[in-house]
Amino acid sequence: MMEENEREDLEIDLLLEGIRRRYGYDFSNYSHASLKRRLAQLRDRAGLARYTAMLDRVLHDERFFDELLMQMSITVTEMFRDPGFYRAVRDEVVPILKTFPFVKIWHAGCATGEEVYSMAMLLHEEDFLDRVRIYATDFNKHALDAAEKGIYPLEKAQAYAANYQAFGGKGDFADYYTTAYDRVKIKDFLREKVTFSYHNLVTDGVFGEMNLICCRNVLIYFDRTLQERVFRLFTQSLRHGGFLCLGNKESLNFSGIKPLFETADARQRIFKKTGELEHV
Amino acid sequence: MYEAVVIGASAGGMRALQTVLSGLRSEFPLSVAIVQHVSPSADSYLAEYLDGKCALTVKEAEDKEAMAPGTAYVAPPGYHLLVEKDRSLSLSVDARVNFSCPSIDVLFESAAEAFGRGLIGIVLTGANADGSAGLKSIRARGGLAIVQDPATAEAAFMPRAALETAGADHVAALEEIPALLEKCVSLNEGGAHGAKANG
Repeated sequence: MMEENEREDLEIDLLLEGIRRRYGYDFSNYSHASLKRRLAQLRDRAGLARYTAMLDRVLHDERFFDELLMQMSITVTEMFRDPGFYRAVRDEVVPILKTFPFVKIWHAGCATGEEVYSMAMLLHEEDFLDRVRIYATDFNKHALDAAEKGIYPLEKAQAYAANYQAFGGKGDFADYYTTAYDRVKIKDFLREKVTFSYHNLVTDGVFGEMNLICCRNVLIYFDRTLQERVFRLFTQSLRHGGFLCLGNKESLNFSGIKPLFETADARQRIFKKTGELEHV
Repeated sequence: MYEAVVIGASAGGMRALQTVLSGLRSEFPLSVAIVQHVSPSADSYLAEYLDGKCALTVKEAEDKEAMAPGTAYVAPPGYHLLVEKDRSLSLSVDARVNFSCPSIDVLFESAAEAFGRGLIGIVLTGANADGSAGLKSIRARGGLAIVQDPATAEAAFMPRAALETAGADHVAALEEIPALLEKCVSLNEGGAHGAKANG
């Protein structure tokens, strides 16, 4: 007899297969435990009893799929989350990037853009933003729209100001946005340095010739197989000597690309590309 | 057959964890995963500190790390810790659960699914209700529940909430918990599959 556990896993497999064939999004290599938590939350919120009921709904209701996509892609992020990371980029990485006439930065899995704008502010304070193009990508079009608008709740901006202080920002955080009612909007001189575009790390290809790739707290949602795919993608998308920035608890330790990188900052998980993948 | 122990602690947890973990031998044959509530911006001091005080290896959990016996894995500050079906560990930065990240419920519920009746859940001292729902999941899937006796807890709210929501197979003072765990292990070694220790 099949236990409830196994039946639920079967239902989730069917749901993911339905999503893949109907919409082209493949979640089968996501970390299962988090994925299941997120799906269970959506199932309960939608008042559905089973994952197979979600399958029925998702196949026939595109708006419900949008909701699912949102549920699958939203992470908790802040401007200048992990202030020490931004300090390391400013003090250790930017001086090297400044030796190039022009620099390309890729924020992979940018969600609603908070960390992208943090990077833009940092580069602005180093008088370097004019020589940089930032590409910010995500697989969630709604999140990308929100990121491009650069509008955030005022109360959050106040919390971000504390992170900015901890980072050691050289200006006044409030100079980076305009306030209207209970919202703030990131100023245009920052927004126009960022190109937002759709890119799915699971299925899409190389995003080329980057000097720095920032992908923080995205890979923890992937299993080892998918992590390895993305690590190879990043390696191919980075210039020689380019930097890969991961989340504070992410590492190259379990990856085949580890020998192609040297550690630039162990604590802040910043790695420098020193080798090439062999072309197959 | 018990495979793993999950422990949740909040206010007063550091001392409580030290008491429980230092009572276990280095060859303790189960894996241990721990959520202690800390500020998200805290450093990773707790694992190091406990490692210095215990025979057991205590380390901060790494993403996708396989759980080994005789090792205790502590959730990093600001990250939820989850157990995958293949007994590896995952981290997430999902929203807080019970105002907490890491959350005890997140660890307990994922571990309950991974280990079923092979899991032992322990709720220690704390001043909130995190862990109650998770302990209930553990029991619903046939796992064993141990709750620190609220009368002996530095903060009684959390163990009391766990008892009200989930109940427990054992209510024990901290000092009694290592012996309880060893008893569960001896049942393993005696081949009493899935049997519960009796007081």
